[in-house]
Amino acid sequence: MIKNISNLGDAAIYCDFGTEVNETINSEVIKYFNYLFNVIKEKKIEGITNLTPSYNKLIISFDLGTTNFLEIKKKIENLEIEDGEKEVSKKIKIPVCCDNKYGLDFKRLSEKLSLPKEEILKLYLNKEYFCYMTGFIAGMPFLGDLDKNIRCDRLETPRVKVPKGSVGITEQFANIYTFESPGGWNIIGSTPKKIFKKNNINDPVLIKPGDKVIFYEITNEEYLNWNE
Amino acid sequence: MSEVYLEILRSGINTTAQDCGRKHLYHIGITVSGAMDLRNHKLANALVTNKTEEASIEFAYQGPLLKLKNGTVNFAITGDVAFNIVRKNSKVEEGKCYQNYILENDDQLDIISTKKSVYGYLSVSGGFKFEKTWNSFSVNTKANIGPNNGKKYSIGEKILIKNHENLKIKEKKINYTNPSNNLIRVIKGTNFNYFSNDSQNKFFKDEYLVTNLTDRMGMRLKGSILENIKSTNIKSEGLIKGVVQVPADGNPIILLNDHGTIGGYPKIGVVISADLDRVAQLPPGTNIKFKEVTLVEAENLFKNYLSETNKYLNAIN
Repeated sequence: MIKNISNLGDAAIYCDFGTEVNETINSEVIKYFNYLFNVIKEKKIEGITNLTPSYNKLIISFDLGTTNFLEIKKKIENLEIEDGEKEVSKKIKIPVCCDNKYGLDFKRLSEKLSLPKEEILKLYLNKEYFCYMTGFIAGMPFLGDLDKNIRCDRLETPRVKVPKGSVGITEQFANIYTFESPGGWNIIGSTPKKIFKKNNINDPVLIKPGDKVIFYEITNEEYLNWNE
Repeated sequence: MSEVYLEILRSGINTTAQDCGRKHLYHIGITVSGAMDLRNHKLANALVTNKTEEASIEFAYQGPLLKLKNGTVNFAITGDVAFNIVRKNSKVEEGKCYQNYILENDDQLDIISTKKSVYGYLSVSGGFKFEKTWNSFSVNTKANIGPNNGKKYSIGEKILIKNHENLKIKEKKINYTNPSNNLIRVIKGTNFNYFSNDSQNKFFKDEYLVTNLTDRMGMRLKGSILENIKSTNIKSEGLIKGVVQVPADGNPIILLNDHGTIGGYPKIGVVISADLDRVAQLPPGTNIKFKEVTLVEAENLFKNYLSETNKYLNAIN
């Protein structure tokens, strides 16, 4: 349920579902998102330009030229959210090469966590993670939750460029850099798999909110010869 | 028939195709992009009798040097821009913004630079020959989406122009002065109370300097450090253009068109929609001040902004 609705600036609505990060709250956000997405597609509410679901918030952007905060707020409050067709949750396996040339932060992580690299990987690989949201850059999945023993803050100074394909961890979360980008996550490997396919216009994103992801290790040779 | 195109003899600093931006894609991490100064983008199109949704070429600081091949075009430039038309007999004409010109085959268009601003726009009658990606002509260089493979233009490349019937070209011209006011109006952000009382006051009282770390993604400011008394990170959530976020170092960043769609820094404020064109045009080195307005005031200011934009668009037509 939405606990509070407020304005974010003059052209967006900030729906607050709570402060915790867990699958229950996130599933509520995703339910609202899916429902609203169809409502917009069917043009039942005009003026909405974007929906951004995250762990426990949903931001609704609108065109201030055609509508306003109070109008959209009223419409949102009057919606009776139906469960609708449940999006089928996929299970996706992601290959990762964790050689030190890709895993840039094992030294830092080993010091911070007092664990050797092998132990970190044992706790990270072959576990099922839940996709909470997609974004920041095109197609980047925010996955969780990591084992408590491998949770670590982000870098004090973010990298200006994190290479495309890098796989990172921070706090209870794991992600994949779908494009070269600035970033502060601890990088532990790289995947050769394409996560965002811009030519696949109708379905460019491989990992969507609600999906399950499992990382498995590959050798550098397999990485270099990866063929989709 | 051979293609009409502009050959790029100098690319300029950041020359890209843009339009009014992309919608309905934040949830997969694709940001809005689009013209940084929407009013000037629209005016450029109107001056050459295009729809305002047509693509324009946006340039920043130093613009491109372009040579027209295989045709004649009607073009206009908007913004606060110095440019010359170099005719094929080497005669140089000084160009003026906010009026249309004819560029003949083999003439050159030398967009020297923007003056006390950052962005300028070039439109041609009939439009450029681009394909839409997700319903927009805008280039998103982060995800390489849009014309020219989603990249900014480089020397030697071509910008194709749609072949069109030779329109009867009317002279179009307006008197327009870009607003040069350094007071930026904001609505308090969802994390305003994360900051100390002293910092809340300073945010609205002190000047902030626009630094060199400013691009289409965002504008980094420097000034009184904003002290966070609650938490310098929030659980990542959606962002919009205009958000003023404050990372741990206490210096605010205004998010602009190519911003990341999700972020975890507290939001102290959001620039009102009416001031977004003006913010984007502030060059590094400018001192700005923030002023708080209410939601209702912001909505009225946007109405004024829109009716003023329409007033100029109507004056052209």
